[in-house]
Order: sequence, then structure tokens, then C-alpha cells
Amino acid sequence: MSLLELESITKSFGGLMAVNEVSFDVEERAIVGLIGPNGAGKTTVFNLITGNHRSDSGAVRFESKDITNWPTYRIVKLGIARTFQTIRLFQNLSVLENVLAGCHCRMKSGSFTAMLRMPGERREERAALARALDELAFVGLQGQEMQLAKNLSYGSQRLLEIARALASEPRLVILDEPAGGMNEQETAALIGTIRRIQNRGITTLLIEHDMSLVMKACEKIVVLEFGSKIAEGAPEAIKGDPKVIEAYLGMED
Amino acid sequence: MKNKSMYIYGVIFAVLAVAPTFLNPYWVDVLNNVGLYAILGLSLNLIVGHAGLFNLGHAAFFAVGAYTAAILNTQFAIPVLWLLPVCALTAGLFAGIIARPIIHLRGDYLCIVTIGVGEILRIALTNDLFGITGGPNGIFGISRPTVFGYVIRRPHEFYYLIGAFLMVTIFLFHRLENSRFGRAVNYLREDETAAEGSGINTSHYKLAVFVLGAAWAGMAGDIFAAKMTIIAPESFNFWESVVMFAIVILGGSGSIPGVLLGAVLFVGLPEVFRDFADARMLIFGAAMVVMMIVRTEGILPQRPRTYALPEARNAGGAP
Repeated sequence: MSLLELESITKSFGGLMAVNEVSFDVEERAIVGLIGPNGAGKTTVFNLITGNHRSDSGAVRFESKDITNWPTYRIVKLGIARTFQTIRLFQNLSVLENVLAGCHCRMKSGSFTAMLRMPGERREERAALARALDELAFVGLQGQEMQLAKNLSYGSQRLLEIARALASEPRLVILDEPAGGMNEQETAALIGTIRRIQNRGITTLLIEHDMSLVMKACEKIVVLEFGSKIAEGAPEAIKGDPKVIEAYLGMED
Repeated sequence: MKNKSMYIYGVIFAVLAVAPTFLNPYWVDVLNNVGLYAILGLSLNLIVGHAGLFNLGHAAFFAVGAYTAAILNTQFAIPVLWLLPVCALTAGLFAGIIARPIIHLRGDYLCIVTIGVGEILRIALTNDLFGITGGPNGIFGISRPTVFGYVIRRPHEFYYLIGAFLMVTIFLFHRLENSRFGRAVNYLREDETAAEGSGINTSHYKLAVFVLGAAWAGMAGDIFAAKMTIIAPESFNFWESVVMFAIVILGGSGSIPGVLLGAVLFVGLPEVFRDFADARMLIFGAAMVVMMIVRTEGILPQRPRTYALPEARNAGGAP
């Protein structure tokens, strides 16, 4: 059984068919890449999975449960966390509080227990703090907890988004161009981080333009062009696929 | 740094605690108004400062609380202080009903709708809604509050009642700020999409913070009704909402000391400079313009929360 299944998912914006009957599966604990030329509909597919857009037709299933058009926060609670292509951190809050946002959905305290500062609320806060610090250390941002998010470098901001996603204890993380804006060293370290995420038993689905990262990290690649799936398979098979080469015409390897 | 500010707050608190002994009733009453507006400002601060929801109709919830207290006290002779939770409930319920369909509106749209709600309520009260609000003359004969059989009547007695309520408000809201709830509303102020994507039910939190802020304004309304013994629709006009809003923005959005300072500046200072009453609006207008240019986050802006990090890493700053 696949962890995530997309079945003929379709979305159009006005007259533009952004995603057209796209189907693919993501196996448990796999690292799957979603690639394609600019404007192929990759981010729209992500937005359909995480409930940021409503699909016109088709279904998204997570652990066989139909989650099509669920509100985003419920999808996160169910176990799908994501990062954004254009970094969306809480810029004026500390690095630590950005990660605590991810812990939110695993906590229970409300306004009244906070005002009365019940023992359970204190315990929960301490546990969330420990978890947030662990995730920051996991992506290599330890020691920068009290910095404001906006003061981090571009590469570190991407890592912080990953830490925030991981703090929600997901089964599946969806990374939208995680290497965007990173230099070669940072990208190499990112591949290591993605592998360590896999070792934790978490499945990864990612969009990336850096082909070396996609070819090295992913076990399966799905290729989109003009909103439709044109190929799916192992990296080696995708590299030699004539349709994919045509879509990427003008690009080396 | 922390010790120094604690020292300053300690001195201010000590001076205020004994203030009625050396001030005449007029000035004590001015301080009472400052306290009342501080409570209103703090309640609006949850909505405007923390959640970033523009609410320019906060006087409406203040009015609902005050009218609830006035009607129930004059009709059924229920002691006004017993009515505190009831006023919180009616104001909160009213806020919930009107906010539910409009809370998804952003920025200026929400702002305009809240102005509309405030005006509609004021006009409805003037037109003697359901025949129980007394029309333009309002309701009079609201009884004084009693604490353990002791009737609170004079300004310096009200001073300690309002002061106690303000202290409780500060205490509880400080805790609320430093909690999961406080962070959640800050996240949605910073970036709603990212907040939702991090697993926060943003529409729930917007509604919750709106209702909570309104309920607190309702309780302030109860104390206001007891203090005045007579209330009329004109006490809850648009200008009141503007003052509350300005207290939060000018003092410091999301900052309790900022809001307290804002209340002093907006309600206390005009009394000090009574001689220049004609120029008041001019000075306020100029002050607002200058603030928005040089210090957009307010005089005392929100400070980052601190956490009990291991190995004293809270000092932070060093990359």
C-alpha cells in the first residue's frame, strides 16, 4: 500500500489547465522527486495535496484515507508537512518560535489553561521546547535559536522551514525547491539531511531544479509538462527517456 | 536590563498604590479613566496587536457589556460585580455572531465592517432596541458595586477596584502571550498561509481571539456602568473605538507596557494639558504622523519571548 496516492487530480485556473489528470503514488519511506520545466504545474500539485488549492476533480489519498480538499491544518495534523517555494517563515519571530509553530498541532493547551498556567500546560511547553531544539539541531541550526528568522542566510532559512515541518511529526514531508538559493556545499549537506529524514522513517516528496540533487537523492522521479505527467520511474530510466529529454531540450544531461 | 525595568515598574506600582492619598478626587478620577482605557486597550491589543486583525469597532463590545450590566441591574437588581461573567458572555457571544461571517476578511475590509458594526449598534441603542435600552437618554440608576458589603462610591474607592481588575488583566494576559495560544495568534499575524501550513487552525484562532478580546471589553463595560451609574449610546461612539485603537498602535502593538503607556498618553495627558484643549486634536494628529514615520511598531514595541534554553543560550545574538 502506498502512503500517498494521487488519482487523476485536475486543477484549472480560468482557462489555464494547470494540472491535468495527474496520478502517481508515493511509497512509504521513499524519496520521490517531482520535476518538470517552469510552469509545468509542480507547485500546484503540492498545493492540491496540502489543501492550499481545491481540486476540480480527482482524489488525494493518504494511508488510503481520502483527504481531497481537506483544510490544510487537518492535513498537517494527519501527518503531511510542507515547505514553500518562496520561503514563508514568520520573519519577525525567533528561529525557535518558528519551529514551535510546527509543534502546535501536537499540543492541546488553550487560552484558559494558559492563563491559569496548569501543570499540564507547563509540561507540554517544556516537551515542545525540547522537541523544537532537537529539530533545530537535526538541520544544523543549533545555537541560533534566539535570532530573528529574517536575519538568517537564505540557505539557513530553507533549513529552518524543514525544521518547522519536521516539528509537526509528519509521516510525509513535501519540500518545494529545498535547494533553491543554496550553494554547492549547502546542497551537498541538504542531500545528507534528506537521507537522514528518510532514516527516521519519514517519506519525502520534493520539487527540485537542481538535477544533481534529484538524481542523487531520489529513488523515483515523476516528470510533469504542461500540467500532465509525461514520465515516471527510476532516475536512470528518466535520464534516458526521450520525452523527458524533449521537454528539457537545450539542457545538458 | 531586566532588573532595571523591574525596578522601574516596582517604583511606578508603589507610587500608584498610594496615589489616592495625595491626589484630589478629580485626578483620581482621571486615573480611573486611564485604568479603564488600559483594560480596554489590553483587550483590543489581543485582537489588533497580537492577531493583527483590524478592529475599529471595539466600543461596540464595551457597550454590550455596559448595557447588559445596566439592564440586568436596574430590572432584576442583580449586583453589578456578579454580572461580570454575564457581561463577558454577552459581549463574547455578540462578537462571535458578528465575527463568524466577516473574520476571513483581511486588513482594511475587516476594519470597515467593524466600524459599521459599531455604528449600527450605537444607532440601534439610540432607537431604544427592543424597548429596553432607554433610547438616546440611556439607562440611569445603576447601583454601585459592593465588595463584602462595602459600597464602592467615591473615586478613590473605584481606583482600587479598577486597579485590581487591571492587575488581574495584566497578569492573565501576560501568561496568555507566553503560551501556545499567544504564539498561534502571532503566527497568523505574521503569515496566515504559513501558519495554516504549520498546522494552525487559523480561522478558529482568529475567532477565539476576537471573542476573548470582546468578552474582556464587556467586563470593562460592566465596571464602567457601575462607575457612571448612568450610560447612554453617546458613551460608545466611533471616537471611543478610535481612541482604543490609537492606544494600541501608538503605545506598542502586542506589548502590555506599550498599551499601558498608550492609555496614559491618550487619556491622562489631555487632562494635564487642559489649557491647550483646542490644540489637542492637532497635537494628536501630528504625534500619530511622526510615530508612523519614525517608529511604526509603537513607543514600547513587543519584545521577543524568552525561553528556558539549556546552557544559557537565551542571550542569543551571536551566530
